[in-house]
Amino acid sequence: MAARTLFAKTWDAHVVADLGDNAYLLHVDRHLLHDLGGSRGLLDLKRRGIPVHSPHLTFATPDHAISSARGRAGTSKIGTELLEALRVETKEAGIRLFDIGEPGQGIVHVMGPELGLSLPGCLIVCGDSHTCTHGGMGALAFGVGSSELAHVLATQTLVQRRPKTMRVDFAGEMATGVTPKDLILRLIGEIGAAGGTGYAVEYTGSAIRALPVEGRLTICNLSIELGAKMGFIAPDETTYAYIQGRQFAPKGAPWEQAVEAWRQLPSDADAKFDREVAIDVGAIAPQITWGTSPEHVIAVDQCIPDPGRIADPSRRGGMQAALDYMGLRPGEPIAGTKVDWVFIGSCTNSRLSDLRAAAAVVRGRKVAEGVRAWVVPGSETVKRDAVAEGLDRIFLEVGFEWREPGCSMCLAANGETVPPGQRSVSTSNRNFVGRQGPRARTHLASPAMAAAAAIAGAIADVRQMGS
Amino acid sequence: MDKFATLNSVAAPILREDIDTDVIIPINRLVGNSVRGTLGKWAFTALRYKPDGSENPEFVLNREPYRGAQILLTGVNFGCGSSREGAVWALHEMGIRCVIGSSFGDIFFNNCFQNGLLPVVLDRQTVESLAREVEASQGAGRVSVDLENLEVIAPSGTRYAFAVEPARRQALLEGLDEIALTLKRAPEIAAFQARDRQQRPWIHEM
Repeated sequence: MAARTLFAKTWDAHVVADLGDNAYLLHVDRHLLHDLGGSRGLLDLKRRGIPVHSPHLTFATPDHAISSARGRAGTSKIGTELLEALRVETKEAGIRLFDIGEPGQGIVHVMGPELGLSLPGCLIVCGDSHTCTHGGMGALAFGVGSSELAHVLATQTLVQRRPKTMRVDFAGEMATGVTPKDLILRLIGEIGAAGGTGYAVEYTGSAIRALPVEGRLTICNLSIELGAKMGFIAPDETTYAYIQGRQFAPKGAPWEQAVEAWRQLPSDADAKFDREVAIDVGAIAPQITWGTSPEHVIAVDQCIPDPGRIADPSRRGGMQAALDYMGLRPGEPIAGTKVDWVFIGSCTNSRLSDLRAAAAVVRGRKVAEGVRAWVVPGSETVKRDAVAEGLDRIFLEVGFEWREPGCSMCLAANGETVPPGQRSVSTSNRNFVGRQGPRARTHLASPAMAAAAAIAGAIADVRQMGS
Repeated sequence: MDKFATLNSVAAPILREDIDTDVIIPINRLVGNSVRGTLGKWAFTALRYKPDGSENPEFVLNREPYRGAQILLTGVNFGCGSSREGAVWALHEMGIRCVIGSSFGDIFFNNCFQNGLLPVVLDRQTVESLAREVEASQGAGRVSVDLENLEVIAPSGTRYAFAVEPARRQALLEGLDEIALTLKRAPEIAAFQARDRQQRPWIHEM
């Protein structure tokens, strides 16, 4: 048999029917629902008189529209209605809900891997573009819109076009102060926010192999910011060790059987990809975005780029509009730019290792005057684990706010916004116009860099923070 | 789903790169289960309105005759970002029936087909040439889109062929419902699950 990629092996294993013209009906192994779109999908189906096909493969949790304040105070009327509708409709359909305050609640893309729901070789979908995160487990995972969500509820399948394949090889060792977030931001900077459009991306290389699972989830999370609906990393011993013993992970004989099957998943040595990209990890410095697309990214010790040097008029115009929106001048160093907000959270960077990395930077210091700094853990379990090792105390003592798990200020669906004109360093995934609130100015960075900005009161190079 | 066959309309150029779905519709307009039908006026909020809520006269869709456009001529990577189908709903509610661009966000592209809104991929030079023609006529030159014959016709009469996957073309022309089509395959899905349960029990039994 011809050499095959991880992508091809997993895709082929999920084909229910070949529909011709590169379209396939695929089986969905895990469907994750959240409060923003979950009840809408279930209600749509009910209205049409169609039952949920496989409720036992469907899991729900509220994350988008709930407040991250203590006691969930301040959840909007509409957010409360969405939460209640999710409770009622999942119960009626027989779908397992991880509700507020119980382990399992959290950002869908934190909760799936954490519970052992997201497994190697799985096909996972959710009505959220950052579903690609689960690719870090060795799964094919991607976001869908409301119509496709309803299709999955009704049939446990999805009609999809087979994408092309890209391999991105991250070779070398990360320098001090450099994190998985910096690797993936640099890649987006190199090949652009549309560089991965139409591709399924496999991340490989020595730097990827050296990463723990949480770092792999961060890498895969930003696949969609590369334009790729899905990005994934072949499972290995690190993956199996992470999964073993988790609530929904296979146990006993099925565990042995599953691991045996997972060992067959990695791409064959001579498998062909439609596009290959190589990144020298050793050359990467901590990254920070300057504009309104994740591809607007530079190293923290660089200067803000000058649109005047760009020949292409639509690109030049876009860069100028981004600088105007961000209130930045070309040619100046980005370090030293004053910030008003710091947000540590989101499906990109809200896991225990992220919080540890940020805590290590802020420990024993003080959040700069005039800066509001938030930590929003990714899940109830992350929160409890962090509290158990005292991370909440470290953050609170230096002047951070320690909040309840959810998406919060990453997309501001719950009304938690950065005020107009204010500047935020955020560990999230999108610096789009208005993403964190109308006229909010977002700089994307790693948890360590966000922590450094909170202490300095300005964009700062975490490598120069000393200890 | 709404059908789509042919269209002849004013076309509005929005050629900035990387217009994301947050820009097409801000999230605060999408929170709730009864937002459909309320979104048209909020499409492109950040570009279309000034901070005080008044219209930004610089924005193309606030100018005549573009205000009535049913076609957008879009820049590279239009509709990137979030999977929110509300972006397509908002465009549809403000009257847009077709977007013509050189590349689109993958999820947005799928969502268009689910809502009777045709995304047409032409090369970048062609999209820019269409935009120049339209602008030279101050928007008066109309663009035609013919899904039957897979052609875009410029104001000058120049014809550009485009490709749409046959199944998607048929679904748009006939307004087919994908869920109803797949439900006819229930036996195949059941057979897949029965077989898969033997091969990968850990997927089905938790």
